[in-house]
Amino acid sequence: MFEYLNIIFLESYKVLFMLLPVLTAVALMVWLDRRVWAFVQKRRGPNVVGPFGLFQSLADALKYLFKEIIIPASSNKIIFILAPIVTMTLALVAWAVIPFNESLVIADINVGILYLFAVSSLGVYGIIMGGWASNSKYPFLGSIRSAAQMVSYEVSIGVIIINVLLCVGSLNLTDIVLAQENLWFIIPLFPMFVIFFISALAETNRPPFDLPEAEAELVAGYQTEYSGMMYAMFWLGEYANILLMCSLGSILFLGGWLPPIESFPFNFIPDFMWLILKILFLFILFSLVKAIVPRYRYDQLMKLGWKIFLPMSLIWVVITASYLFYFDLLPSN
Amino acid sequence: MKISRFFKTILLLDFLSGLLIALKEIFKDKKTINYPFEKGKISPRFRGEHALRRYPNGEERCIACKLCEAVCPAQAITIESAERSDGSRKTTRYDIDMMKCIYCGLCEESCPVDAIVQGPNFEFSTETREELYYNKEKLLDNGDRWESILAANIRADKPYR
Repeated sequence: MFEYLNIIFLESYKVLFMLLPVLTAVALMVWLDRRVWAFVQKRRGPNVVGPFGLFQSLADALKYLFKEIIIPASSNKIIFILAPIVTMTLALVAWAVIPFNESLVIADINVGILYLFAVSSLGVYGIIMGGWASNSKYPFLGSIRSAAQMVSYEVSIGVIIINVLLCVGSLNLTDIVLAQENLWFIIPLFPMFVIFFISALAETNRPPFDLPEAEAELVAGYQTEYSGMMYAMFWLGEYANILLMCSLGSILFLGGWLPPIESFPFNFIPDFMWLILKILFLFILFSLVKAIVPRYRYDQLMKLGWKIFLPMSLIWVVITASYLFYFDLLPSN
Repeated sequence: MKISRFFKTILLLDFLSGLLIALKEIFKDKKTINYPFEKGKISPRFRGEHALRRYPNGEERCIACKLCEAVCPAQAITIESAERSDGSRKTTRYDIDMMKCIYCGLCEESCPVDAIVQGPNFEFSTETREELYYNKEKLLDNGDRWESILAANIRADKPYR
């Protein structure tokens, strides 16, 4: 009995130490996102709460906490309440397998990437549940769009991941990073990195693919009927997903926690800092893209996903596989 | 033509040039002001919060002619008047409902003695509705507080009236 309690206590301790930094990072990322967006448009952005406005997200969260939660009378109440919880939980659960360095990972499972992929696919459910349970037309249309979009871009992301896995020969995220010790995969697989980045934008409903919440057509998409803390949870889940995609990108292509060169000024910085820096770099790219591109039309979005990205990544799988086979570079284990 | 377009699309050239412009813009001067700490310039004609002015000897300017009450398109002004002991006609009540007011400035223009004016203050939001029912006391108080700026504004706008 006490042994089990001990294990539970230890594991929750680990989870807490993972979740607190992640949630703090999410709050800071929201601030950074707004700030970068404002700077590109020559505005100032949030700069009043705390130094440089760093605590803006905290103030927003407090505001949401004290706001009334309105549940529409004709909604399916249980599913309506469950939807934001599902979204946020799934976005946070995925962080269990992200390795911050060789030992700093909650669950070092040997099918890490598969787990990550499965959990991020489940994320669609939160959105569909929210859109359907609202019993209102804008959320419904928004959630249909969102589901179609996430499903179609997940296919190309899956194929891109196959490219990386071909070079590594393991589904473990730590192994994937260690395989990049000599050469980051961004160099041999650069086109795949670009497609991965754009697909990640679509996967997380970021501009230019933010059709599910296109204000002009759908008010706020699946979030329209949500208010107060429930809205904030959707929002937290969304940003946690964006961060997850950024960290996945840096683990798959930018060498995870590995410094660019194994020599003095670079390996002086602790290794998990390198992963954080890489995530930050990708995230700033995410927010720059938000600031400079106009929104896609829905048919263009689907065309890009199915007719361009999927064939391109499939062809690249064939190229990678044949290259590795021809030069006898296939990983053996 | 078609081939060049194909390469432009596949290499994301338009996107990259846009990204470059965005990166340049980040380091340029901001076009917005840091509002609560710095404020934009206001014209002398700015129509903000109302004030009732006094003559330099402390006597109220308002003669209770009720022109402002009559001209007010939102009917936000209410005036009652009575004869004072020295025989002059003065207001006993001068109320402005600041929530009805549309800040058109007609009261200021109609006033023959420059008594009711709209000052430069635009930050008078309150937490309750009641605080926005301005009475004579509040308006005279406003006039005393802003007098130097109000007088300067009227002087600056004089040549154009």
